[in-house]
Amino acid sequence: MTPTDTNQRAAPAPIAEAGPVPGTAVPRTEVPRTRGPRTPGPRTLNGAQILCESLLKEGADLIFGYPGGAILPTYDALTEYPAIHHVLTRHEQGATHMADGFARATGKVGVVMATSGPGATNLVTGLATAMMDSSPIVAITGQVPLPLVGTDAFQETDVTGVTLPITKHNYLVTDVADLAHIVKEAFHIARTGRPGPVLIDIPKDIQMAETPFIWPEEPVRLPGYRPPATADPVRVGSALELIKAAKRPLILAGHGILMADAVDQLRHYAEATHTPVALTLLGKSCMSEEHPLCFGMMGMHGNAHVNEAIQQADLLIALGMRFDDRVTGNLATYAQSAKKIHIDIDATEINKNVPVDIGIVGDAKVVMQELLSQLNDTNVEPNPEWVDQIRTWQLDSDRRELIRDDQEPLDDRPGLDPKKLLAGQVMRDLCKYTKGEAVTVTDVGQHQMFEAQYYQHKRPRTLITSGGLGTMGFGVPAAIGAKMGTDDSVWAIAGDGGFQMTMMELATAVQERVNVKVAVINNGFLGMVRQWQEFFYDERYHATPMVNPDFCKLAEAFGIPTRRVTQRSQVKDAVLWAESITEGPVFVEFVVEKEDIVYPMVPAGAALNEMIRRPIPGQEEAVPEIALGTVANSGV
Amino acid sequence: MAKHTICALVENRPGVLVRVLNLFRRRNFNIDSLTVGRTQREEYSRLTMVMEGSRKEADLVEKNLFKLVNVIHVEHLEDTPAVARELALMKVKTDQETRREVTQLCDIFRARILDVAPDAMMIEITGEERKLENFIELLRPMGIVEMVRTGVVAMGRGEHTLKDHGYQPQRFPSSARPTVL
Ligand SMILES: Cc1ncc(C[n+]2csc(CCOP(=O)(O)OP(=O)(O)O)c2C)c(N)n1
Ligand SMILES: [Mg+2]
Repeated sequence: MTPTDTNQRAAPAPIAEAGPVPGTAVPRTEVPRTRGPRTPGPRTLNGAQILCESLLKEGADLIFGYPGGAILPTYDALTEYPAIHHVLTRHEQGATHMADGFARATGKVGVVMATSGPGATNLVTGLATAMMDSSPIVAITGQVPLPLVGTDAFQETDVTGVTLPITKHNYLVTDVADLAHIVKEAFHIARTGRPGPVLIDIPKDIQMAETPFIWPEEPVRLPGYRPPATADPVRVGSALELIKAAKRPLILAGHGILMADAVDQLRHYAEATHTPVALTLLGKSCMSEEHPLCFGMMGMHGNAHVNEAIQQADLLIALGMRFDDRVTGNLATYAQSAKKIHIDIDATEINKNVPVDIGIVGDAKVVMQELLSQLNDTNVEPNPEWVDQIRTWQLDSDRRELIRDDQEPLDDRPGLDPKKLLAGQVMRDLCKYTKGEAVTVTDVGQHQMFEAQYYQHKRPRTLITSGGLGTMGFGVPAAIGAKMGTDDSVWAIAGDGGFQMTMMELATAVQERVNVKVAVINNGFLGMVRQWQEFFYDERYHATPMVNPDFCKLAEAFGIPTRRVTQRSQVKDAVLWAESITEGPVFVEFVVEKEDIVYPMVPAGAALNEMIRRPIPGQEEAVPEIALGTVANSGV
Repeated sequence: MAKHTICALVENRPGVLVRVLNLFRRRNFNIDSLTVGRTQREEYSRLTMVMEGSRKEADLVEKNLFKLVNVIHVEHLEDTPAVARELALMKVKTDQETRREVTQLCDIFRARILDVAPDAMMIEITGEERKLENFIELLRPMGIVEMVRTGVVAMGRGEHTLKDHGYQPQRFPSSARPTVL
């Protein structure tokens, strides 16, 4: 078989009996281990059963997990609850990313389960990822029996201690009578306010201990946890004063818009006031990138014209974003001429990195609704020249653009070898032939930035990526989780490096027959690190070239139909082929240019508009000298 | 750099203090002193912390503390008239000659002598931080051989109390020790 052969194979025979259909209700009488009198009064159940009952009460009928000794009573109880579908992953890290991907695709809480000790410590990366990106997941871990806690027992880890800084909250259950309350609280905390991961550590003896099961029907009331429910109209009013005075306003739209479901409010506001919109990486898909007021991504690898607009604006309206260092560049030079309005659900974000003129703590939707209603009685003068100015800057970006539509005649400009496939071309064509409708789930690296640059998202929640933590290995499992929550076409886009961190989850996709399309962008390098070495370390490519396996053969070994693409002319076919397969996973390897560079780039520590731009062909431009050690070089 | 006194009402649950400390460590907040103690109700404890820094930093501490699920209320005492006190125990080297001098100083500062040995005295003093520091400076030349300070506890004057937002302890954790440790 030549590398370009189509290795189309039938979907494998199911490894196990198809799992029960999630969502099917179990009639009460079918729960065999019910103890005690049925009526009247509550049934007596053990902790494991109470956990299952409570999960169903919270609407959680899908668990990603991995069993082990300390969680076995719960796995045993799960056999009595066919309404809960358990997905056996190949590593607990994969399970957390799946729960995370599921949560981001659906807006529901994702659930992950693991055993004590090594099972629980394997959750750490996934929890930290979810924490940084405010993704609602509930993690359930088994713990050694309570009398053994603190004795260095077999497979004992202080899991609440380990996960304290990387969870929104966590619990060690010490009495089975508390369990139902704790589960209810955990889901409440995970999904409300600024969402995030919550962990419940349940000792084995608590899982086995019995108590009457009483589901707390009353809403959760936590005295120390009161996410803001309203928007302060006075503050919104003063924000409006700034808005009225502004000539060059710009909206910075972030993840909060998606999580608060404020997509419509954002668009209404932008249209009503003719305000241009810039997106953070996680904000991508909160406004259609086909909208004339949406200018795409800001930040380190954002559009140069967007960064220029930020630097020139006289008002920034930051919505559900947190001025991460990847979007601000050097803080001392950031948006110096702009007044700033910051709207965020998390009060600690306001004035954290960037001092603002008006901070409004609240849910993005609620605040935007208030803003829109106050806007009705005011006259905000739109300034079309400002939008035109940004479009003029955009022309310069366009001039430097190498990636053209695949229908245009092949480019003969210097700097572009028509025989080489570029990752940017793959993303552009993927976008074109999935009509910008797919849910893309990326890994971390150059391919992630190419996706962000060339895949123009139209619908909310269609880009899922690890932004805050930048977790390699996130893509494939998160895509599996996302696909289990949506009927849309889901593409995992991973680099050859990150793919190999969690590629064993292909087996999970096969076992569960998840129709996820897995695209590996193979450049033979840890590409993003190689780029930094090229720019900042005199091209000393140490520990970045990779000798890779034959990815297609590998995927075939899992029983997955595969294709390998090496030419641009094959991209369309491969994408359409993958789209045509509707059962089980599909795998496409894109062999791309090895030493490609993500342009433009703000070097760490530089001002936002001091970008390294792609040279205009024939017009070589010097790369700005960045003195290492003089800048806060936080790395890749 | 000003000193800020921040009070917080927290749920009496295991691990709460660890969360607070972890927050200070992780965000690099510079805490001068931190005291934790029981209150009139067994369901919650009260923290008093003194930090040095700008008002902006104090606000960040306040907001981050409040973000913790088990923290019921946080208050910056600068915003309200308040009383702040600290207690110190110290052992001072004394002999025939200096014992008298130390005793006089104790009188002036209303400090109490708790123990007298042939070559040392143990003293207890309560008061504002500044008073303690003055007293300590006066004793230092004589040789303080051991000292321990409690850190500041503080309370707003008048009717003002830290809000508990109608805190009712939940039925759980039924078995957990009522302690923030
Ligand atoms: C778990 C983890 N380890 C290391 C890094 C640092 N890192 C960021 S991008 C990158 C290279 C990614 O290489 P690859 O997956 O091949 O993607 P490419 O950049 O080539 O598209 C590395 C090592 C990271 N982000 N995550
Ligand atoms: Mg690579």
